Amino acid sequence: MKTRFEKIWDSFRLPIFAVILGFVVGAICIVIAGSNPLVAYAALFQGSLGSITSFGETLYKMTPIVFTGLSVALAFRCGLFNIGAEGQYIAGSIVAIVTGWVFKDMPGIILIPMILIMGIIAGGIWGGIAGYLKARFGVHEVITTIMLNYIALHTSNYLVRTVLNPETLIPGSIREAFTVSVPEQAKLIKLNAILPQFTYSSAHIGIFIAIAAAIFIYFLLFKTTVGYEIRSVGLSPDAAEYGGISKQKNTILAMFLAGGLSGLAGAVQVTGLIYSVNQVSMLPGYGFTGISVALVGVNHPLGVLASGLLFGILDNGARQMQLAGIPKEITGIIQAVILIFIAGELIVKFISDRNKKKAIKSKEVE
Amino acid sequence: MAEGAIVIAVIASALRLATPLILAALGGVFSERSGVVNIGLEGIMIIGAFFAVLFTHITGNPWLGVVAAMVFGILTAAILAFLAINLRGNQVIAGVAINLLAVSLSAFLLELIWQRSGATPSVPVALTTNPKALEFLEKIPVLGDLFSKFTPFVYIAFILVGVTYYVLFKTPLGLRIRAVGEHPRAAETVGISVYKTRWLCVLLSGLLAGLAGASLSIGTISLFREGMIAGQGFIALAAMIFGKWHPVGAMLACLFFGLTSAIQILAQTIGIAWAPEFLLMIPYVATIIALVGVVGKAVAPASDGLPYEKGEK
Repeated sequence: MKTRFEKIWDSFRLPIFAVILGFVVGAICIVIAGSNPLVAYAALFQGSLGSITSFGETLYKMTPIVFTGLSVALAFRCGLFNIGAEGQYIAGSIVAIVTGWVFKDMPGIILIPMILIMGIIAGGIWGGIAGYLKARFGVHEVITTIMLNYIALHTSNYLVRTVLNPETLIPGSIREAFTVSVPEQAKLIKLNAILPQFTYSSAHIGIFIAIAAAIFIYFLLFKTTVGYEIRSVGLSPDAAEYGGISKQKNTILAMFLAGGLSGLAGAVQVTGLIYSVNQVSMLPGYGFTGISVALVGVNHPLGVLASGLLFGILDNGARQMQLAGIPKEITGIIQAVILIFIAGELIVKFISDRNKKKAIKSKEVE
Repeated sequence: MAEGAIVIAVIASALRLATPLILAALGGVFSERSGVVNIGLEGIMIIGAFFAVLFTHITGNPWLGVVAAMVFGILTAAILAFLAINLRGNQVIAGVAINLLAVSLSAFLLELIWQRSGATPSVPVALTTNPKALEFLEKIPVLGDLFSKFTPFVYIAFILVGVTYYVLFKTPLGLRIRAVGEHPRAAETVGISVYKTRWLCVLLSGLLAGLAGASLSIGTISLFREGMIAGQGFIALAAMIFGKWHPVGAMLACLFFGLTSAIQILAQTIGIAWAPEFLLMIPYVATIIALVGVVGKAVAPASDGLPYEKGEK
């Protein structure tokens, strides 16, 4: 019998190996760039955890990717690959702006929850479309979510340029490359307003919403019937169907919930940090990072929190590394290598299986 | 502009814009026909675009840049091949990883080699004009103006559509590729190596996507800029699906998508009042409609995306 500890170690072995190998490959690149990896990594961690302020910067960087990580993880639990967190994030952020503008006279205590809920619904619908197309027509969600990402991007750009532009909404303003801002009372509280030690850090209470979301998803997945059904469909759709659990219903539900989490990422980012949405030519990237976050966190909500912190550290520490004269792209390479090793999970299994075989052989010899 | 000249300008622009899409989509056709989903087309295009510029700078010969783009495209695709085929890993994760790697690696090398970020210097000689050997085409009345706006890549892309069609549907190799993509177990039983066939196809997709990248850098703007691929790998993926995993279908889809982009770019000249964002959206909407099957459903090869284990029952 395996102990509880061995079971946990079994599931975390792969991502831990992958992260270590990622840092090793990163170190090689740093040497190629003519720097000392120890100095570089010291700068990386100093820059992201060295002071309360820099930790605050890490917290705000990790906030959106915890949400998108949860989004991807939840979909994975239902056997679905949500590459659409990007588009769902955009849907959530743009609807947050709309809600903020339409109800701009409401007090913050009502307006903020309303914006966040509308963000969840918008992202949920965007994700739900892919779920519906999969359930109804059998169209693979990877393809539809990629397409929906770009449809969201261009729709958002259109709205930013026209309907939601300050030029349209505020008399006497000129056209901008961004939307009107959310009203003052809809902005989330900054952590430095609670603890002055956070000084200039942009960290906001969105991180607590992210942690709450992780705990909520944990309970939903592992302690409720809804979660049990979603996981059953993920493990074996046909067996689930035989047991009276609808594959179709849970596919749509899981994609709606996954989309809702990414939509919430957008709404929290708008109310907590950016306050308006820009016209952009590229996807924001939080959704793709969310894939890495989910996989490193072994698709477990609490694992996602831990790996979200890791990716927040990488993202935030990159700046400090840049100041130490090391190309900041190293952190991107580390992320990619981690993902490569996770995709090739058999590399890790292969190594450990060979060690086991050796151990067995040596026993046989005895 | 005179009306005739506008039509020529739109068509020429559409063909030039379709060229990288066609090349990458053909890569997608090879890979997916053999059963390997290639989400990494975007990343391979980035790698191709970067190394084409780098080697053109080093050698002074843009054609050697093209060769480098193909070689490094193949090397990048080899990562996908190893993960997807030998390790039976998740092909979508592997593709996402390649895209991430390509963005960071190209930016890293850019900074390392030129000590700057954003974009490389322009290459001394590029392939942005109609090749000298084909200048006689420009003398053809009316159509001559069209040819004068081509790049060598335009001709290469269309020739490769024919080659791909021929290989896939008229040769024993093509039959093997399609068999492996539809029913690998049956293919293996009659002596076709599933691993070798898939490796070949994934490497070919790397070659073609690398070439697509070169057509965008040294074939269009004469330099490499971060973010220049801007989702074109995903449009190529869409075109491949819209074209029902068929080289000619994919080409037609690319031409259609190229035309919508050309109209978007030249909208003001033509006098089209449509919001440009909606024109840019057409490829993605069209692909979803094609998949849902309103007009003849697009169906993927039966074993597309499924890892294959030798000797498994």
